[in-house]
Amino acid sequence: MQLTFVDWLIMLLYFVFVLGIGFALKRYMKTSKDFFQAGRALPAWICGLAFISANLGAQEVIGMGASGAKYGLETAHFYGIGAIPAMVFVGIFMMPFYYGSKARSVPEFLRLRFDEKTRALNACSFAVMTVFSSGISMYAMARLIQALHVFDGLFRTLGWAPEGIFTFSIMMSAVIVLLYIFLGGLTSAIYNEVLQFFLIIAGFLPLVLLGLKNVGGWNGLKMAVSAVDPRMMHEWKGVMHAGTNPMGIEIIGIGMGLGFVLGSGYWCTDFLVIQTAMASKNMESARRVPLIAAVPKMVFPFLVILPGLIAISLPTPHTVTTTHEANGVIYHDTTVVSKIAEEGRGIVPAKINPVTGKAMLDASGHPLLDYDMATPNMLLHYFPTGILGLGLTALLASFMSGMAGNVTAFNTVFTYDLYQSYIHKGGSDRHYMAVGRWATVGGILLSIATAYAAINFNNIMDTLQLVFSFVNAPLFATFLLGMFWKRTTGHAAFTGLISGTVAAMLHHGLTLPIEAHTGIHGGWITVVHHYPSDMAQNFWGAIFAFSTNFIITVIVSLFTKPRPESELVGLVHSLTPKPPRAHDRWWKSPEALGIAVLLGAVALNIFFA
Amino acid sequence: MNLDLRIPMGLMFTFTGAIMTAWGVKTNGDATLYARSLGINANLWWGMVLLVFGLTMFLLGQRSQRRLAKEPLPPAEEGDVRRGH
Repeated sequence: MQLTFVDWLIMLLYFVFVLGIGFALKRYMKTSKDFFQAGRALPAWICGLAFISANLGAQEVIGMGASGAKYGLETAHFYGIGAIPAMVFVGIFMMPFYYGSKARSVPEFLRLRFDEKTRALNACSFAVMTVFSSGISMYAMARLIQALHVFDGLFRTLGWAPEGIFTFSIMMSAVIVLLYIFLGGLTSAIYNEVLQFFLIIAGFLPLVLLGLKNVGGWNGLKMAVSAVDPRMMHEWKGVMHAGTNPMGIEIIGIGMGLGFVLGSGYWCTDFLVIQTAMASKNMESARRVPLIAAVPKMVFPFLVILPGLIAISLPTPHTVTTTHEANGVIYHDTTVVSKIAEEGRGIVPAKINPVTGKAMLDASGHPLLDYDMATPNMLLHYFPTGILGLGLTALLASFMSGMAGNVTAFNTVFTYDLYQSYIHKGGSDRHYMAVGRWATVGGILLSIATAYAAINFNNIMDTLQLVFSFVNAPLFATFLLGMFWKRTTGHAAFTGLISGTVAAMLHHGLTLPIEAHTGIHGGWITVVHHYPSDMAQNFWGAIFAFSTNFIITVIVSLFTKPRPESELVGLVHSLTPKPPRAHDRWWKSPEALGIAVLLGAVALNIFFA
Repeated sequence: MNLDLRIPMGLMFTFTGAIMTAWGVKTNGDATLYARSLGINANLWWGMVLLVFGLTMFLLGQRSQRRLAKEPLPPAEEGDVRRGH
């Protein structure tokens, strides 16, 4: 890749502003509340954009493009089913308890509602997951920088060995994220997430526009993609049966598994996103945060899925030789295309085995495609130098904001839920703020260690993500029962959570997607059922985990002593007075906004149907 | 929070837009450079869009900052919902 000084200038400008915001915010960080909760004083629109940006990390930008290239428009289910209903639910129904309970974190809410052990379980698993997630994000970024040869030219000019690029990328992102969080805490993370939100739009909108123009608009895209696989241009067609849609999932798996369990589990209980809503200035703002976030969330399929679809439908490059004659001399011009690009499809390259250097094949002998390169290759394909710098900056920003969200969630949960609760009670506010700052350093050091572990152990990232899914899948049942059934007890919540995780593990150990080998993909106990795809296995595993947790929690609750109702005011729906309405006009209420968002989501699904 | 995000964000996009516009003007008509972007001078056009966006954000941020400085609102008590506007 040829980067010129303009690209570097744009990238540098971004880094200067990111750090500048951190330094500018430092003087406002006076109490631990300023540092961990952004003083609970931010406007709703900022928190709303940060709410989706916290999730708009690499997984979203690269992963949704990859999924678009692999499965087509069915990927939009992750938005229409997997995100928007859950975002409306958390805003309308759950935020009054999160914000109103004055809990400073999600685990702390669990202590208020249930008991100490449920909080400890959630805090520990959450703290571990955030650190690993941020490490995974770092690793993925360093790998992408290597694959795109972003720093190769810089390293050559400076005379450094190219082996150092991985370390350089990791250290660069670590130092930047560390500095701006160390200085400005959650406010800094939220501000930078909003900055990154706009950067992603600035970088990806022209990409989609150019791509669409190239393939002949929406109709041209439909035709080009249909030539690859006619099922890919439909979100809902063939969804009644697993065999007739590209993802291999039927409607129950999507609705229940993705919509009700996984989507809600993430958007309604993950402190990574909830922390941004809890930073807003009052209850009504806090309730509006996820709803505001849902509006751009509806538009994001166009920005992140379409590049994947366009990438797969472009003509595959081949090595060609053209001959022309001038002044009696015959010229042969050969455009050489690398083998992995030739064996790919569209501009999605084939996957190479790092040991043999040859393209990897699937069970039926077709080359496996490296879908994660779909979106990055689109940037290289369409962007000339200048705007290419902007596109790369957007990509780097998305990785760093994914890390930052995890790091601020970690430092809060570590300081309040682990350190203040179990290690050192009754310290001064200054002391906890200092602990939070050093927890940031510790969290980032652990992330770096994870990133390096990922180099040496091939499967570590898949394994970690698998473990996260075991822990996360049952969570939503606990919150649902806790907030809406006053009888739910602490013992029940704790037992339910553990049995849900065990159920998820058992399900994974007993099932296997077809064409996969036993091991990391499942079936490590024995195979009793084959799923048509790993996505189906994933969704159904979540359904099992959720149901087990739900049933066990209900049963144990009925056999244990509930807490007196007076202690549960503000924590359970039936015992809490309705949140006060700040506006007389009904259309300004969060409920009205929620309905508008849901109608928008329905319209979007009809458009993609 | 006393720092309106729109000010630094507006400035960043203004600078980015200005750099891209200037680069777009300098390279205007360079067919090999813009072959990738289908012959469209992506730097010039998108640079101008970002420039306008950045300036708008910056001005909005400055206006509200100035308004806040003129009539400082008493900070709302925690948990207290401010009624009306």
